[in-house]
Amino acid sequence: MKISFKRFFPQRHVSAGTLRNSFDRRSIVLGSIQGGVGVLLAARLGYLAIAQNAKYELQAESNRVNLSLIPPRRGWILDRHGTPLASNRADFRVDLIPERVQDAPHTIQTLGKLLNLTPIAMQDLEDKLERARRFAPVEVASGLDWDTFAAVSVRLPDLPGVVTQRGFSRFYPQGPSVGHLIGYVGPASAEEYEKDRDPVLITPGYKVGKDALEKFYEKDLRGKPGARRVEVTASGRIVRDLDTREDVPGKTLKLTIDADIQDYASRRIGPESAAVVVMDCQTGDILAMCSMPSFDPNSFSDGIGRLEWKMLSDDDHVPLRNKVLRGLYPPGSTVKPMVALSFMEAGLDPNESVFCGGGLRVGNRVFHCWNHRGHGQVNMAKGIYQSCDVYFYHFAQRIGMDPIAAMAGRLGLGHDFPLPVSGQSYGTVPNPAWKLKKYGKEWQTFDTVNATIGQGYFLVNPLQQVIQASRLASGRIIMPRLVHGHEQEVAPSLGIPDDHLAYVRQAMSDVANGPGSAPHARLPFPDIKLAGKTGTAQVVGLNVGSGKGGLWKHRDHGHFICFAPFDNPRFACSVVVEHGGGSGSAYPIARDVLTYVFDKQKGMDVLTELEKKWGGTPKERLEARYRTYSAQYGVGAPAVSAEEENRKLQGDDAPQDPAQPIVRDAASPAPEPDAADQPAAPAPAATPSPTPAPGNSGGNPQ
Amino acid sequence: MITRSIVPDAIARQPWHMLIPLAGLVSLGAAVLYSAAGGSLQPYALSHVMRFVIFLGMAIVISRFSRDFFRMAAYPVYGAIVVLLVLVEAIGAVGGGSQRWLNLGFMTLQPSELMKPAIVLVLARFYETLPHAMTASWRGLVPAGVLIGIPALFVMIQPDLGTALAICFGGAVTMFLAGLPLSWFIGAGMTGAIAAPIAFFTLLHDYQRNRVLVFLDPESDPLGTGYHITQSKIAIGSGGFFGKGFGNGSQSHLQYLPESHTDFVFATMAEEWGMLGGLFVLFVFAVVLSWGLRVARRAPDRFSSLLAAGMAATIFFYVAINLMMVMGLAPVVGIPLPFMSHGGTSMLTNMICLGTLMAVNRWNRRPGSIS
Repeated sequence: MKISFKRFFPQRHVSAGTLRNSFDRRSIVLGSIQGGVGVLLAARLGYLAIAQNAKYELQAESNRVNLSLIPPRRGWILDRHGTPLASNRADFRVDLIPERVQDAPHTIQTLGKLLNLTPIAMQDLEDKLERARRFAPVEVASGLDWDTFAAVSVRLPDLPGVVTQRGFSRFYPQGPSVGHLIGYVGPASAEEYEKDRDPVLITPGYKVGKDALEKFYEKDLRGKPGARRVEVTASGRIVRDLDTREDVPGKTLKLTIDADIQDYASRRIGPESAAVVVMDCQTGDILAMCSMPSFDPNSFSDGIGRLEWKMLSDDDHVPLRNKVLRGLYPPGSTVKPMVALSFMEAGLDPNESVFCGGGLRVGNRVFHCWNHRGHGQVNMAKGIYQSCDVYFYHFAQRIGMDPIAAMAGRLGLGHDFPLPVSGQSYGTVPNPAWKLKKYGKEWQTFDTVNATIGQGYFLVNPLQQVIQASRLASGRIIMPRLVHGHEQEVAPSLGIPDDHLAYVRQAMSDVANGPGSAPHARLPFPDIKLAGKTGTAQVVGLNVGSGKGGLWKHRDHGHFICFAPFDNPRFACSVVVEHGGGSGSAYPIARDVLTYVFDKQKGMDVLTELEKKWGGTPKERLEARYRTYSAQYGVGAPAVSAEEENRKLQGDDAPQDPAQPIVRDAASPAPEPDAADQPAAPAPAATPSPTPAPGNSGGNPQ
Repeated sequence: MITRSIVPDAIARQPWHMLIPLAGLVSLGAAVLYSAAGGSLQPYALSHVMRFVIFLGMAIVISRFSRDFFRMAAYPVYGAIVVLLVLVEAIGAVGGGSQRWLNLGFMTLQPSELMKPAIVLVLARFYETLPHAMTASWRGLVPAGVLIGIPALFVMIQPDLGTALAICFGGAVTMFLAGLPLSWFIGAGMTGAIAAPIAFFTLLHDYQRNRVLVFLDPESDPLGTGYHITQSKIAIGSGGFFGKGFGNGSQSHLQYLPESHTDFVFATMAEEWGMLGGLFVLFVFAVVLSWGLRVARRAPDRFSSLLAAGMAATIFFYVAINLMMVMGLAPVVGIPLPFMSHGGTSMLTNMICLGTLMAVNRWNRRPGSIS
């Protein structure tokens, strides 16, 4: 032990002198170390302040300066005459940035009090806040007056995450009338931001196009955001403004649409579930494209509330579906002029006639004409204007399906068109090859028979119908156009002999002006004649319902295609009324719309009368409905999942509801009652019609 | 000699070649604090200068004490401060939670701060009385270790790592200068190198461990603990050579820099005065510390030389750790920069050290009058 102890503490001679020496030496060491540390610190200082100066200067600047984007004003959407369909309104708005909110319930309560929010609005706000990604701003309110805006602004320091802004919001003057045509805007979703990393997307107050034209032309309409540089403290308080760069508004989009006609047609549809398309049949310019009922795009822009959603999804008239592009319907008898053209091209003499006794035996089944009492001797013209089914049953068997299908394709059926829309359902023009491929079954004679009267597998959308009418009217390959300003040459000819076209046009004129199926479709002008064709498409078999009355879902669809003036075609129009109970529900709409096109005052007089009965314009009716709902359900409406909302709004490609099976079996629909034909009562939904009286005049064919 | 006849003796005798640069440093500190308060004398700058003047008076009073008074007071002062440390701990335990302060009614006192000069004093006294032959034996080591260990332990459990380290550093430097065998320091250094990682994972509090980790990689936690280091480096780096100009420091004025008037006052200064200001600060400290070391080397006896060198080392420790911290070379420990940071206790401690140095300086001049 002693040895090891001695090794640790070796005995040396220590005296005052050695200690003094050691102190002198060691103090020099200490001084050197201190000097060394001093040099090290000076070097470090130089490294930070000189070598890395640029880097740290930049970081200090980015600390100090906060760049906030000013959302750009969206480009306007104008009609062909320059009337705005979508514009911007200056407004005061309040947004929430979820990431920065500290006490959400307190913030919402306070905002609710300051902004006088209803319980329904507060509930919607909570939903939005819950669903929002943390960086994506949530709109609390817009269109505020100055006092309210100021009341919120002064309380901002106590409400972290609340942003008040002077900005612009989208405004659609025509409201529901342009809902499906223009679409609407809304805050960018997480998916949209992932696809397009433009920082303007998460700027408070910026909205992206969510549907239709707003979505398709998003990039053009967007413009360039402005920027505001401010000096901020570490806690985010703004010290002063440094500079501001103005935004560059988006490009203006001019459409071929005529705002007046669009609005009129939408309003004229009334309480029906219907689509109307009006087209310039020389150029293909779409003048109106309406699908009603619709939604008000103005109220969609701050997100869709629970109650609003419930109201729209409860409606069996499917206000969220654009029926012009996504609605597919059996075209019924509206295909007859087209079938007649194919007959003539195949060499059939239009004067050759057949006797209609109310039905025709095909194989071992009897196919009935809509007029069970028969039309007597029928030639091609009478087949069209009286819409005699037997004539077409008879000659279709001789000509075969392929020429008919080819003609349908030439007139635009079964195609989609290069339009700036988010999707088109292009339907079906059946032919033997198609059936074999799709169902693995041979084409049967009765398939041809069904197809010639627009039933069976035949499906078209209202856009194709109006194109068909335009091509019939002009004899040219008219292509639809929605965006104004492209000069195009005269459309090439269809290659159908003029005398064939003249024959069919005359027969179509006789539908309204002669001994035809829709005498009340005549325009109220002595010098302008309308040529058209009615159509009634069965929805359920005759064993389920007559198609005229009873359950709304079981009533026939009503069709009408037409053009005017008959001798110098300028405008074409197609109308589809879902479950309208037959063509009698469709042609009054077409007649009034075309009346309005030629004489606004005359058309408006009719509409004013009608809207008194219906309870106001679509916008007023929509608001009344919302009030009823809010009184009935209050905050009790169920929450909407984002997926469901998205699916319904964007992906609704299903051509038909399952509840509306397509009739493939039966033949022509039953005759129509008189009542449906009265212009004063165009809405069979409002006046359930009696069962058809077999003994009536017979002057009211489909 | 002529000066002496005009200026009173007591004033002429002061070490002006050290005090004038120091006054310059304090003035710079006051200017920085003026700017940090948003261009106002209140609440920092005025009290900073006032304290300096008052404590300088105190330092001059200290410098008047005789060597024998220092010798006599060493153990009682040390003992009293240990008692205060225990008291602080006891009050903290009763009050629930840690406490570093004693509220004396008219001021708050932080006994751990007073321990920094006191440990140097008591060790100088201890090695003076230790027979020279025993310096290299265990009797030169163990009592000194106990003298350091007791206060260091109490401060450590407060917990105040920075002050505990300062006490240990002051004590260790005194022992080093007292002539303990070099091999012991090397051995201790190696032991420390081995023990540090172990202590790191067992002894340190979570927040202390976190500070060390963040020091090693400040960017790993840019908004948490690393925020201090990052923002301090930004402030110093963005200042450049000439600085942004008086009153133009955005980092401090917009509150990005934390503790801009206390621990990070050097960063506040460097942002506005640039590297030039930083070099001036380093220059003044070099003047003060080299003066202190010279005083120690000129001291006639073992007690005064150890006392002076230990006091200089204590000031040095403050300066070095603080500057290394603000420049990102050391972890964030709460140690203010002497003569620049706003804060009464730190000014008091440093002026006690300075006063002691001035006392030794006075003894050096009149070697005859004391023995």
